[in-house]
Amino acid sequence: MPNTRIKVPASAKAGEDVEIRAMIMHPMENGFNVDSQGTLIPVEIITDFVCEYDGAEVFRVQLQPGLSANPYFSFYLRATKSGTVAFTWTDQDGTVTKASAPITVA
Amino acid sequence: MNDGNGTGYGTTRRGVLGLGAGLMLVALAPLPAFAGDDDTAEAIRREFGDAPMQEGRITLKLPALAESGNSVPLTVSVDSPMTENDRVRRVAVFANRNPRPLVATMMFGPRSGKPVFNTNMRLSGTQDVIVVAEMADGSRWKTTKRVMVTVGACDSLQMRY
Amino acid sequence: MRRLAVAFGVALALSLSVAVGLAQRGDDPNPNAKSGYDFLSPETQALQNDDFANPGMLWVEEGERLWNTRAGTAQVSCASCHGDAKTSMRTVATRYPAWSAAAGRVVSLEQQINLCRTARQKADALPYESEALLALTAYIAHQAKGLPMRVAIDGPAAASFARGKAFFYQRRGQLNLSCANCHEEHVGAHLRGEPISQGQINGFPIYRQLWQTMGSVDRMFAWCNEAVRAEPYPAGSQEYVDLELYERWRGRGLPIETPAVRR
Repeated sequence: MPNTRIKVPASAKAGEDVEIRAMIMHPMENGFNVDSQGTLIPVEIITDFVCEYDGAEVFRVQLQPGLSANPYFSFYLRATKSGTVAFTWTDQDGTVTKASAPITVA
Repeated sequence: MNDGNGTGYGTTRRGVLGLGAGLMLVALAPLPAFAGDDDTAEAIRREFGDAPMQEGRITLKLPALAESGNSVPLTVSVDSPMTENDRVRRVAVFANRNPRPLVATMMFGPRSGKPVFNTNMRLSGTQDVIVVAEMADGSRWKTTKRVMVTVGACDSLQMRY
Repeated sequence: MRRLAVAFGVALALSLSVAVGLAQRGDDPNPNAKSGYDFLSPETQALQNDDFANPGMLWVEEGERLWNTRAGTAQVSCASCHGDAKTSMRTVATRYPAWSAAAGRVVSLEQQINLCRTARQKADALPYESEALLALTAYIAHQAKGLPMRVAIDGPAAASFARGKAFFYQRRGQLNLSCANCHEEHVGAHLRGEPISQGQINGFPIYRQLWQTMGSVDRMFAWCNEAVRAEPYPAGSQEYVDLELYERWRGRGLPIETPAVRR
């Protein structure tokens, strides 16, 4: 499973906007690189990223090869109640990688 | 992903050099064709249809000069109160000279806070980054920013080391 | 008067030999050494400084996981012998490449890791540029972050140092350039739009934007050699280990920055 890094603040006040950060190790092959034999490496990317919390989506991205490798996103979540912030990355072949972190909302 | 395949730098190339003296680079991959304004307009139309767009409501933070087109930091900030009825639905990022103008599409869900996001994008060379935002009321807004790029992203790995 | 002269002469000889001794151990920082960090744009510097978003940290984290994972037929992890890397590995990256009595030659950090893997863990050596070797090397080097490079170039390392220094100044390739031609004689000048740095290696393994991944110092040397149209040496070759030793001495005093971000 590729390595992921997520940053969710441990706590927040209800109604507060908090910054969420997420990154995953992935080459995001854009189809223009060659391997050591000179053969073109085909496109291989993560196509979808979604962050969910309190029963609904926070932020979703449809990724294209024009994003850098090891795709990184930061965005804002509006705190409602204590729970789990869940992250899901999906590859072009359907492989799913997940991560999550708790948040306590006062 | 790098996974157990060391490149053994010297060994493969000795074989190649044995064949063609002085030929240092094997079979070059075809270089990507870069988009023109028509291709970019078509990409925007595919995402948002033909409805008119207004300039504004989006702030783009991009370096004026990016020393590596492989990773250009982008911050998009949309001017919207993010209430139930007055909010941003989605944002799309385009690069008008990249081989594929559409770079990414972002959607703000019900749990989203303020509509600001950061990411890193690839730029094939000096060009315009065009960001389009679609609001809940169906209105569309657009902002453009030029970025100068010294080393472009898409053709930089023809050298295999 | 004569006794004073003799005393002065002895004191001078002593302090000179101490200075030379310090130089042999790389304890005298090179005041002219500048990290590649100083030649980056503000955006790239900011990315390196960002402990979360620095892409190299993905490999450092992976390295921590591997450090604690049992491997090989001996089924021991690095932690089984070395405990907490934060203490046991604190100065390692500042001292490598170093003479290995077990191997009978100067070895790089990557090679030391593989010596442990094969001899202690009874596992296969990890290939260069594999995710695992990059991760372990980055994790170990990261423990020394902020400490100045201080390699030993005396005693059994002296021959390796001499060879590395000769390599650095030797012209090679179709373009007939030595490392020094660019990285000493044209520092700060621009080559195809990019500023030429001193070519210091205090940040390795680095996350290189061009490679869109982590890379070892051997990969960097191979890239530079190909850039002047010279035949690169194999990863882990004695030539590259010697060169790395010389480079680490050349940049002595520069702090370890692993994982550095470079163009």
